[in-house]
Amino acid sequence: MNNSIYGINGPVVTVLGSTEFSMLEMVYVGDDRLVGEVISIDNDKTTIQVYESTTGLCPGQQVSGTGAPLCATLGPGILDNIFDGIGRPLKAIEDTSGNFISRSVNVTALDEQREWEVTITVNAGDTLTPGVIYATCPETAVITHKCMVPPWISGVVETVKPSGKYKVNDKVITVRDEHGAIHELTLCQKWPIRTPRPTVGRLYSSAPLITGQRVIDSLFPIARGGTAAVPGGFGTGKTMTQQQLAKWCDADIIIYIGCGERGNEMSQVLQEFSDLYDPKTGRPMTDRTALIANTSNMPVAAREASIYTGITLAEYYRDMGYHVAIMADSTSRWAEALREISGRLEEMPAEEGFPAYLPSRLSEFYERAGMVKTLCGQTGSVTVIGAVSPQGSDFSEPVTQNTKRFTRCFWALDKSLAYARHYPAINWTDSYSEYIDDLTEWYKTNVGDDFMECRAQITTILQDESKLMEIVKLIGSDVLSDDQKLIIETARTIRIGFLQQNAYHKNDTYVPLNKQLVMMRVILYLHKSAQAALKSGKPISRVIELGLFDKAARIKYDVPNDNLELLDSFFSEIDQAIKSL
Amino acid sequence: MVIEYMGVQEISGSLIVLDGVKNASFEESVLIRLENGTERAGRIVQIDGQHVVIQVFEGTPGISLTNTRTRLLGRPVEMPLSMELLGRVFDGAGRPIDGLSDIFPQTRRDVNGTPINPVSRVYPRNYIETGISSIDCLMTLIRGQKLPIFSGSGMHHNELAAQIVRQAKIQGDDAGFAIVFAAMGVTNDVADFFRRSFEESGVLNRVLMFLNLSNDPIIERILTPRCALTAAEYLAFDKSMHILVIMTDMTSYAEALREFSSSKGEIPGRKGYPGYLYSDLASLYERAGMIKGSTGSVTQIPILTMPNDDITHPVPDLTGYITEGQIVLDRTMDKSGIYPPVSALPSLSRLMKDGIGEGFTRADHAAVANQLFACYARVQEARSLSSVIGEDELSPSDKKLMSFGRLFDSKFINQGHLENRTIDQTLDLGWQLLSVLPREELDRIDDKMLDKFYKPDI
Repeated sequence: MNNSIYGINGPVVTVLGSTEFSMLEMVYVGDDRLVGEVISIDNDKTTIQVYESTTGLCPGQQVSGTGAPLCATLGPGILDNIFDGIGRPLKAIEDTSGNFISRSVNVTALDEQREWEVTITVNAGDTLTPGVIYATCPETAVITHKCMVPPWISGVVETVKPSGKYKVNDKVITVRDEHGAIHELTLCQKWPIRTPRPTVGRLYSSAPLITGQRVIDSLFPIARGGTAAVPGGFGTGKTMTQQQLAKWCDADIIIYIGCGERGNEMSQVLQEFSDLYDPKTGRPMTDRTALIANTSNMPVAAREASIYTGITLAEYYRDMGYHVAIMADSTSRWAEALREISGRLEEMPAEEGFPAYLPSRLSEFYERAGMVKTLCGQTGSVTVIGAVSPQGSDFSEPVTQNTKRFTRCFWALDKSLAYARHYPAINWTDSYSEYIDDLTEWYKTNVGDDFMECRAQITTILQDESKLMEIVKLIGSDVLSDDQKLIIETARTIRIGFLQQNAYHKNDTYVPLNKQLVMMRVILYLHKSAQAALKSGKPISRVIELGLFDKAARIKYDVPNDNLELLDSFFSEIDQAIKSL
Repeated sequence: MVIEYMGVQEISGSLIVLDGVKNASFEESVLIRLENGTERAGRIVQIDGQHVVIQVFEGTPGISLTNTRTRLLGRPVEMPLSMELLGRVFDGAGRPIDGLSDIFPQTRRDVNGTPINPVSRVYPRNYIETGISSIDCLMTLIRGQKLPIFSGSGMHHNELAAQIVRQAKIQGDDAGFAIVFAAMGVTNDVADFFRRSFEESGVLNRVLMFLNLSNDPIIERILTPRCALTAAEYLAFDKSMHILVIMTDMTSYAEALREFSSSKGEIPGRKGYPGYLYSDLASLYERAGMIKGSTGSVTQIPILTMPNDDITHPVPDLTGYITEGQIVLDRTMDKSGIYPPVSALPSLSRLMKDGIGEGFTRADHAAVANQLFACYARVQEARSLSSVIGEDELSPSDKKLMSFGRLFDSKFINQGHLENRTIDQTLDLGWQLLSVLPREELDRIDDKMLDKFYKPDI
């Protein structure tokens, strides 16, 4: 059968008259064996998207199938590594092709020479079902890698190698299935990136993913296994927010997908993560991180794949019983990659040129998040936090709108806040979290009974302020009553002292939940005391002159996270100062 | 044996279609000879079996179905490279037009380049002092950064770019510094302005100019930045030089791309621009940076005019998503005679946070910049309030903000075309302005720094 290239248009290649390819099969294209994937099959024409630059490709060159869909190789060595969009390690590519990525680099996904200290956890004669852990090895200093029986294999263990040093492709056990076939299991397995990995079932998630970012934890929390969208125009701090979350959230493992983003930014992430020490373990962040980098000038088809590669890695670690968080920066670039390829296929466009299947692709991706019971009986979760870069900062564009339908947290980044250098620039009126009700119980038992009460009061004050500001904008602040002026002053304190958070300040970059609660209490106590003072006829100007509001706004810097007792005296200080009026 | 294909099958816009072509490869460059002896260059942009679509850089006027002979050159479009490039002038497709001889190449490279491996990048940290207060203090330019100027027709972006070139100080040896200038669709006058200003600042012998002026072939414009960046990468990474690339005007470039796309019959995206505009712009902008194993760097200052001053137009919008910040010029400021008319609030440099402070500029830099931004944002609120109720009715603190705002525009942002302020002068000026405001208002600066630098006039 002649599988030669017929047409070439950018990353899209067509083959005429072949019948042997299957949908989504991975293929090698041309003499250079570029990696590609079958994306459409007609009666007489097979269309392939190529993950590498097609410059120099000629019609007539051969396309060879691999018989399998595009797969990620899963095994020890994923963490502390950086991959391109189709799961090839960039460091290995650098070793073979230098500083610039040349085409058709042939590298293996995992380091095949590295030896792992493997402990075999099963014995001959054991019955294994899919997902059972048969070997473990320390992948990094903080994460133990667990090798699981692939979902399509079950049976009785025939032979077992002793624990010891093995490479990823060494066969460590053999399993005989019920049909008598022998399966040899190594330390790694392959999984098609576009298929969700199987689980026993989804679980109700009642615990938050703690991020140490006040505006998120206190106002718009996200549950473990939840989904969040972070939309914002350029310069509003999407990437900064994502990086803060990656650094500080309490997930066991972080998968960071740089999808169509800046190269310098990726090198910054790389450098910062290896310089940053995890406060809990004292080890570099990279020990529990895998990065996927498809910078904006790398091939567009691989950008489309990078999101799936990332979530497949996440699901793999989830199956071991870890809590994984994915940062996808940015899903708009991925949607644009879909649009670009759809355009090359001359498909009928829907809204703004995006293909009609955009919403279904988005939901497929976000629905792979969740808290689940894994095949080996443990609990694991994948939390997805996707950045969205709306065109022209317009939140009504299709990617933002469709993402909103499938995510339950919406952290809207606001240009005017960013211009005022109010970071994180999460707008408190446009953002929402649907997890509040699910998480209320957890906050009550683990942080404080009054947490949700405080949160409600804070949001009310902020809402009142935004109404009052409309009046102020029209006719100035002089017409406001003292009560209203107090609301504006308190809201200002909340904005500056609570919502604004300085990522570069050692006390402020991460704030534990108990400090967040105490900060809210202080601000609300001050508000109440001042209200009482106003009632007894004291003018607002004198209350403000006491400087208490400014002091409350500086708690974030002045009170170290591990010394909250310093705040106890502040309550009596407020009492005394108000009394002195 | 060289095969020449006689005639063409179809002509559409800047594209010609050939049939019966064998052994064509994608993006291969071709030479088209007309009967009258003139030659045109082209590139294969689509292949369907023996049916080949060719983009003709000089356009298709004069081409008929029968009067051409087309030859495939067997290689992609390449740029000849050597140290002789310095001081030369090329047309938009990289051919010398200064009357001197052809370049004797040490090497030839595909103008499309190849992406830099993210793990091979060195994170840029060294700042470039431009001597312009607004840029140095608020949106510091870093070596290896891409920082575009968003402007509009009639504003002083060219003067600003020329001043940056004139004053930019690259720390260390001056010997390894060169400028690559790519003009796309700008007028002869603008190109001439840049040539003169390079001459005046005595850098002409280290400038490479690629000129595709507004009356030059439009499709050639798609090659212009690619040739320029190929030369820049060669000088930076092979010859370890610091290269500042100025590309103007990116909007014209995007329009050329749109014209090409529509003549190819592609499905248009926003405002008729092709769906791959983002990827295409990224393939240019991402060629800035620094890499391991070379001391050189490519820094880009693309200039684009926003149609109707609309920052949400696809070209500035997509550019902003790729570049590491932007310098936005403002028409009202320009009209009121402020030069450079840099609008501080929407402008930003993403790389500045790691390239300033102790050891780079000065320890107080980040605090000053942050505080100036925050105060200036409040000035805007006060201004909009005063436009409703009048300045006399403002509260005392708002009045102070108003006078701070005026000083900020007239003393800090505004500076002469030839005025070169050092970073110390700039930061001191910043403190001088902040000292107009009461100390409690400065909520972005910690007390230690305020004690040291805050000196209100008594």
